[in-house]
Amino acid sequence: MAAAIYSLYIINKSGGLIYYKDYGSAGRMDTNDSLRVASLWHSMHAISQQLSPVSGCLGIELLQADTFDLHCYQSLTGTKFFVVCEPGTQHMESLLKYIYELYTDYVLKNPFYEMEMPIRCELFDINLTQAVQKDRVAFLGR
Amino acid sequence: MAPVAPRSGDAIFANIERVNAELFTLTYGAIVRQLLTDLEEVEEVNKQLEQMGYNIGIRLIDEFLAKSNVSRCVDFRETADVIAKVGFKMFLGVTASVSNWDAEGTCCSIILEDNPLVDFVELPDTCQGLYYCNILSGVIRGALEMVSMKTEVTWIRDVLRGDDVFELQVKLLKQVPEEYPYKDDE
Repeated sequence: MAAAIYSLYIINKSGGLIYYKDYGSAGRMDTNDSLRVASLWHSMHAISQQLSPVSGCLGIELLQADTFDLHCYQSLTGTKFFVVCEPGTQHMESLLKYIYELYTDYVLKNPFYEMEMPIRCELFDINLTQAVQKDRVAFLGR
Repeated sequence: MAPVAPRSGDAIFANIERVNAELFTLTYGAIVRQLLTDLEEVEEVNKQLEQMGYNIGIRLIDEFLAKSNVSRCVDFRETADVIAKVGFKMFLGVTASVSNWDAEGTCCSIILEDNPLVDFVELPDTCQGLYYCNILSGVIRGALEMVSMKTEVTWIRDVLRGDDVFELQVKLLKQVPEEYPYKDDE
């Protein structure tokens, strides 16, 4: 199975990009583009809450396009985790929840990490890479 | 995917890695003693403990949300219940209870009978104004601020000052949902 995930973004509650990782050339972006995508998504997510015909909507969870799917998870603290992947990729919600747990462990518990700032935590990178590998993704589909 | 049900405080507490309780009590005691030496004024120490708690709370909230799977609380009553039943259980291993609700439902007391921070502790006469567990009030304030609630947390009863239980008053000052710079009328 080809690498189903193209890229991962984490944005803070103000919409700033704090983490970006691409897996393979399909989703690769240069720094400016990734920042642009992050702010664009932050605004679209906010607007979608207002536009939604369903009351109590907390924002877009899934965007499906011809060449990619975008899954988004927003924590109750406003941090958004979203992943751009191949259309039809399974188990992205549990992956995003798992990445949230990795974030609470390796980023927030690092006393030298400043809140809302870009993430530069090696332990987070290492554990994230392990989580995203294909067999782990399948395993998370419980 | 079916939504995951929130986990009980006991279940989470059972699954988390533990540390020796004495180490925890000793570490906290060392922090308070050092602050007293450095700052000398009991009021300053109270403030500093609260600030430390605040810094912990703003990070702890995500850990709490990730591990406990609680969904957004409908009202402040639910928030207080979740803090007492799940939060305290998950992080301190003790269950607290909620009481003394005011008429509007914005102010309540969280009662702790058991408190691992104060095992073996007695306050000397020179530290009578000290709120030894003030870090807890900061933690609650910090955590709630990250989920859009501005609160004021104060001690009503303190076992180290002669009362029978620890009582924390949590008052909701206001809800501050995320403001987006979009104006509908422009």
